[in-house]
Amino acid sequence: MTDDTVNIDSAEADADNHGHVAVDVTTLDAELIEGPSVATADIAEYALWLGDDSLILAQQLGAWISRAPELEEDVALGNVGLDLIGHARSLLHYAGTATNRSEDDLAYWRTEPDFRSLHIVEQPNGDFAHTIARQFIVSHYLFELYSRLRASADATLAAIAAKAVKEVDYHRDHSKQWVLRLTQGTDESRRRMVTALSDLWPYVEEIFRDDPLIERLEGIAVRPSSLRPAFDAAIAPVLAEAELEIPRGFVASGGGRTGKHSEHLAFLLAEMQVLTRAHPGASW
Amino acid sequence: MVTTQVHASDQHEAMARPRPSDTLSLAAWTIAARVVDPEIPVLTIEDLGVLRSVKVTSDAVAVTLTPTYSGCPAMDAMRDDVLGVLTAAGYQNVSVRLVLSPAWTTDWMSEIGKAKLREYGIAAPTGHATVRGSGPAGPIRLKMAVKCPRCSSLNTRELARFGSTSCKSLYECRDCLEPFDYFKVL
Repeated sequence: MTDDTVNIDSAEADADNHGHVAVDVTTLDAELIEGPSVATADIAEYALWLGDDSLILAQQLGAWISRAPELEEDVALGNVGLDLIGHARSLLHYAGTATNRSEDDLAYWRTEPDFRSLHIVEQPNGDFAHTIARQFIVSHYLFELYSRLRASADATLAAIAAKAVKEVDYHRDHSKQWVLRLTQGTDESRRRMVTALSDLWPYVEEIFRDDPLIERLEGIAVRPSSLRPAFDAAIAPVLAEAELEIPRGFVASGGGRTGKHSEHLAFLLAEMQVLTRAHPGASW
Repeated sequence: MVTTQVHASDQHEAMARPRPSDTLSLAAWTIAARVVDPEIPVLTIEDLGVLRSVKVTSDAVAVTLTPTYSGCPAMDAMRDDVLGVLTAAGYQNVSVRLVLSPAWTTDWMSEIGKAKLREYGIAAPTGHATVRGSGPAGPIRLKMAVKCPRCSSLNTRELARFGSTSCKSLYECRDCLEPFDYFKVL
């Protein structure tokens, strides 16, 4: 047993004794553009939408490290998750400026109804094909979103988007390569990819649904419904090459943007937040 | 003709390495510029184009860095090192900020930096970024051959798009059969 473990044990024994876990404090005091910028309430809510999507997806991808089909995929999914964490940090930092909360306050101290993530990012990792189907859908959406958000009238959102779009381009390519490889691989890999796409497809609709907030952010936010044609056009050639058909069937109810979540989010948050909540104020 | 070309490359260099014009700030820049990337210690933050500005005022120094990748954990180390070298050089009230705009690109890496990278065993980025931080995304995906940093063969192939750090992918040389890292275009 190491000294650290002893400290944590004793901290658990004494509810007031949380401070011993701290080792080093490194905060991201990133100013996103020249000069300080404070988000309005509406812009903060929008930043929260996008930041929560990235944060939840990154948390999911982290679970693949040491469990992917090959070492290169451990590294790839880990790196994709790291990029997404970077986007989430910038977006949550910006969202927090409206209410004087830090990125960590927002990530660790909100409960399920306060999260704004889409249902698709909350869907479980499943088998590798499910994770790839989720990545394929989300990264193609994010690429179109950030491509357009670069022209936002809000300089901070535009700066975050300009940075993120280049990284998401690699994520998009990664997922596309795997969709092709799995569908053109063995009968089993193809069967799994087909199943995964049909399991995830009901959650696509919510991504492109316009919430009333969007009406108040003309020129600042990107209207989700306006991204649908570009998304469809981007995935069509890949699906054609993979000989995959767009699944027909039910559409999931959605509601993530107003805090109504799937049954999966609470478990994910519990795991993501447990350490911070067990040791408030601790940093590492 | 020649003059316009020189002019364009001067402009590119001024964008990649915006050295301050006043002597005091330039002196501090030169010190900060020695900080290296902790993951690739042959490259300085100046070679990378990560050092964006240094401004010395009567009682403080303000430094601006830009991250290579959004989630790059090396940024914290680079920031701490900049604080360290400037404080050690006698500067007081040193502050370091991170800015995202304009978004970093491998196009800013210096030619000296690329040469040092190759010598270190990492293939330097080839060609230019197609997806730019501003303006429309270029539709062209020109894939140029990546040269093996050991034997200079162009007969190489990508093993994995994502490598040991965010900025690298993993290649192998089909002539000397060695695997190597490639600093991918961003």
